[in-house]
Amino acid sequence: MTSRLSERPSSGDSGITTRSLKIVIAGGFAAGKTTFVESISEITPLTTEAPMTSLSLGVDDTGDVRTKTHTTVALDFGRITFNTSMLYLFGTPGQDRFWFMWDELVRGAVGAIVMVDTRRLADCFPALDFFDTHNVPYVIALNRFNGSLAHSTEAVREAVDIDPDTPIVAIDARNRADVKASLVAVVRHAIARRKATNP
Amino acid sequence: MDRPARFVRQFALTRGRATSANDLALDTLVQATDLGRREAARMAPQQRSIIELAQGPLSVAEVSAHLGLHLGIARVLVSDLAVSEHLAVSTYVNDAGGPDLSTLERLLDDLQAF
Repeated sequence: MTSRLSERPSSGDSGITTRSLKIVIAGGFAAGKTTFVESISEITPLTTEAPMTSLSLGVDDTGDVRTKTHTTVALDFGRITFNTSMLYLFGTPGQDRFWFMWDELVRGAVGAIVMVDTRRLADCFPALDFFDTHNVPYVIALNRFNGSLAHSTEAVREAVDIDPDTPIVAIDARNRADVKASLVAVVRHAIARRKATNP
Repeated sequence: MDRPARFVRQFALTRGRATSANDLALDTLVQATDLGRREAARMAPQQRSIIELAQGPLSVAEVSAHLGLHLGIARVLVSDLAVSEHLAVSTYVNDAGGPDLSTLERLLDDLQAF
């Protein structure tokens, strides 16, 4: 059935003229990912659950299914609709053991925003490593909790070992304009990266 | 802990064919076709719900979230409805390298105007 789907006529024949785009919102626990999405999404953020056994259904006996379905990955996401595209903002699942889900999240993504609570800077390191390894353009967004940052953007740039071109922005995740500016920054960064690789 | 029972019920809905549809991404857009709208009334409740939900384009992730279906189950139901031509599936594919330059530039314009 998979092959039948992929053999559908390519380009334009589906009648769906809108295309989807996605930006991944990552960061440590309570770094402000959900708030970020809520601030700009046109829909109330939704949650989809992916069972970890989704690929092995149909071969397991009932006992195995019952054992395995205790683990599900919850993905929160929001949406912005434009004239010719729908932009989805997918929050990453918090726990490291769900790395397998990150592969799907970043595939074909425009880029990523890494939310950082500067009081717990190291929480973002796994996300930075993942995006570097997978060549995903990203912006680091320092979330101002209570209006302030524990460390300046300059101090953070020194503390994290990142490409000097990687933008770092200080935002309030509750502020729509800040969130919008972060999204603009990651798209700009993705454009610059693409121009640099295909001059 | 009602999850196992709920899970088995969802599994039954797809008649055990959950290994298909892996090429439907989270953000793959689907939309009801005219055929789907005409035949929705005769469909099983879950399939009918998807057709009713997908009057305009929306993502597989939204189908899953709105109907409270695990993602894998939503993919199978959507895949079946696509094969039977009750649902159209967007043919845009998000390549591993991300969108092309013109798509990115258009997104930038859209975001700035938003």
